[in-house]
Amino acid sequence: MATKAVAKPSKTTKKSSVASKSKFSKETYVKWYKDMLLMRRFEEKAGQLYIQQKFGGFCHLYIGQEAIVAGTVSGSRPTDSHMTAYRDHAHPLGLGTDPRVLMAELYGRTTGCSKGKGGSMHFFDKDKNFMGGHGIVGAQIPMGTGVAFAEKYNETDNVVFVSMGDGAVRQGALHETFNMAVNWKLPVIYIIENNNYAMGTSVERTTNVTDLSKIGLSYDIPSKSVNGMSPEAVHEAIEEACDRARRGDGPTLLDIRTYRYKGHSMSDPQKYRTKEEVAEWQAKDPIDHCLDVIKENKWLTDAEIEEINNWVKKEVEESVEFAENSPYPEAHELYEDVYKQTDYPYIKEY
Amino acid sequence: MKTVQFREALREAMSEEMRRDKSVFLLGEEVAEYNGAYKVSQGMLDEFGPKRVIDTPIAELGFAGIAVGASMNGLRPIVEFMTWNFAILAADQIINSAAKMLQMSGGQYHCPIVFRGGNGTAGQLGATHSQSFEAFYAHVPGLKVITPSNPYDAKGLLKAAIRDNDPVVFLESEKMYGDKGEIPEGEYIIPIGVADIKRAGTDVTIVSFGKILKVAFEAAELLEKEGISCEIIDLRTVRPIDYACVVESVKKTNRCVVLEESWPLASISSEISYHLQRYAFDHLDAPVMRVTQTDTPFAFSPTLIDEALPNVARLINAVKATLYRN
Repeated sequence: MATKAVAKPSKTTKKSSVASKSKFSKETYVKWYKDMLLMRRFEEKAGQLYIQQKFGGFCHLYIGQEAIVAGTVSGSRPTDSHMTAYRDHAHPLGLGTDPRVLMAELYGRTTGCSKGKGGSMHFFDKDKNFMGGHGIVGAQIPMGTGVAFAEKYNETDNVVFVSMGDGAVRQGALHETFNMAVNWKLPVIYIIENNNYAMGTSVERTTNVTDLSKIGLSYDIPSKSVNGMSPEAVHEAIEEACDRARRGDGPTLLDIRTYRYKGHSMSDPQKYRTKEEVAEWQAKDPIDHCLDVIKENKWLTDAEIEEINNWVKKEVEESVEFAENSPYPEAHELYEDVYKQTDYPYIKEY
Repeated sequence: MKTVQFREALREAMSEEMRRDKSVFLLGEEVAEYNGAYKVSQGMLDEFGPKRVIDTPIAELGFAGIAVGASMNGLRPIVEFMTWNFAILAADQIINSAAKMLQMSGGQYHCPIVFRGGNGTAGQLGATHSQSFEAFYAHVPGLKVITPSNPYDAKGLLKAAIRDNDPVVFLESEKMYGDKGEIPEGEYIIPIGVADIKRAGTDVTIVSFGKILKVAFEAAELLEKEGISCEIIDLRTVRPIDYACVVESVKKTNRCVVLEESWPLASISSEISYHLQRYAFDHLDAPVMRVTQTDTPFAFSPTLIDEALPNVARLINAVKATLYRN
């Protein structure tokens, strides 16, 4: 059932190696480039604004990992659902959520995607089937599986993507859930966004089973490792997993090897890794790669590329403007969206 | 009217709701083929099939989380925990996920889900199997917490819980499942958050909930013989609490004893006591008293159980204390 882990991605990606014989179209590459660039620039801006103390809370950046979302979105259908942990800015951007409401959420404004009640770690967009944004490591694993349970119960052929970091793999929730998901043949695809560090603790330091794709073996879940710096590889793995789920054969575990260029959060001194290691992964950047393929195939002119770059820049600028001009929630909003019951008798004291 | 056991009342509530709404389903340990560890779901697998009555592995966190996700995606799960002691393992999904989903998603996703099972002490089961979770869950905004004390209330409130669009914690008792009581032949619903005056009286108000209420009935009978008239209020729901019912009663009796199966600190009895000193201060002729479990983990030996649990004698003492008749 489980396939063998592929070689480490660090040895498989050569610059633009897939260009000449790629099965992917110009449109796909251009969309990947545009979407990933939006994620990258949005988060670079968010990081700057955070340092300038424009907003508070935590801020976990996805920078470097964008190919996972890009390949997942292109390899799936709009009716599929997505759930992830707290490193959740890129997923809704990839699904097409307006960056304005995401930036507003970072700012804690009432116009935010979660009305300023969720913040960076709790983005939601029901219109795009983006079901969070969850702050407790691993909690999204059973929940996302439950979303898939409902799809099967309702006899749809939708699948659910549940993303997690390599750290979440060690939570009991994962092991309890994997067992049920495969036993019940639920249409769920588990994506380990394996950037090799749970905060500052490397995979090697927390387990004897460092090949995370092997986690699926004990549950009889088909599993494989995937090059997470390659949207093509991610897309193909996702398509294969979707086929399995849609034909009723249950879950897949994808150990997608990636890297976050930035720290775990904004306060991370990154003493657990070398600058050389970061540089080595940055050399395989998926955005650069897509741009190289586009240029190599002469799919866009320099002017057209510049147009995309400018569009992205403008989107990000406008999202900041939108957020800064949006109001904070008013006091009464604290008592809204806690219960569906609209006349819930809250205790109100001094 | 007909006489049914507590477990049958629960089963009727679930079965009626499952017939009415295809999105309702039951999952938990031993609920299907074993017919329920306490036979609450007896026969339900036969009627509804394995798609809607689902045996789970022993994985409280996992199956509670799966149910929460299913509720986010349009279903209405009923999660049976064999006891609420085991549900501590699922507390992350109840407290961090279900209770907060609507708020954290800015109103986009809600969790119409019922978590139910046996709660409180049930004989010589030792400390880990004997805890009462009313105050634990009542503490959490986003949840509703129901504590039925008889079959009639259990059925009406469980139906309300299943139809409710917010997550509900429904606390039963292994010791109550065999209790018998009368229920109507037809359908009925009891609204969440409404207390019930189980016995009218004039001298002292006894506020309680859940199975320990039986101690109040017994004490009230004995006190009646001594010329002391007790009004017994069954809160039925501890989040939200029907404070008005309690305050109105105390305005009449001017005295109150809270009877609670669980521990004293940060309890429902502390909450009721606070509320009365705040909102019925001028009506109180004596300090509010309470009778609770001892401030210790529950122990195994019968002598230690007798010492730990609220009983009739203690309640009578507390009632008399409010009347300065000790």
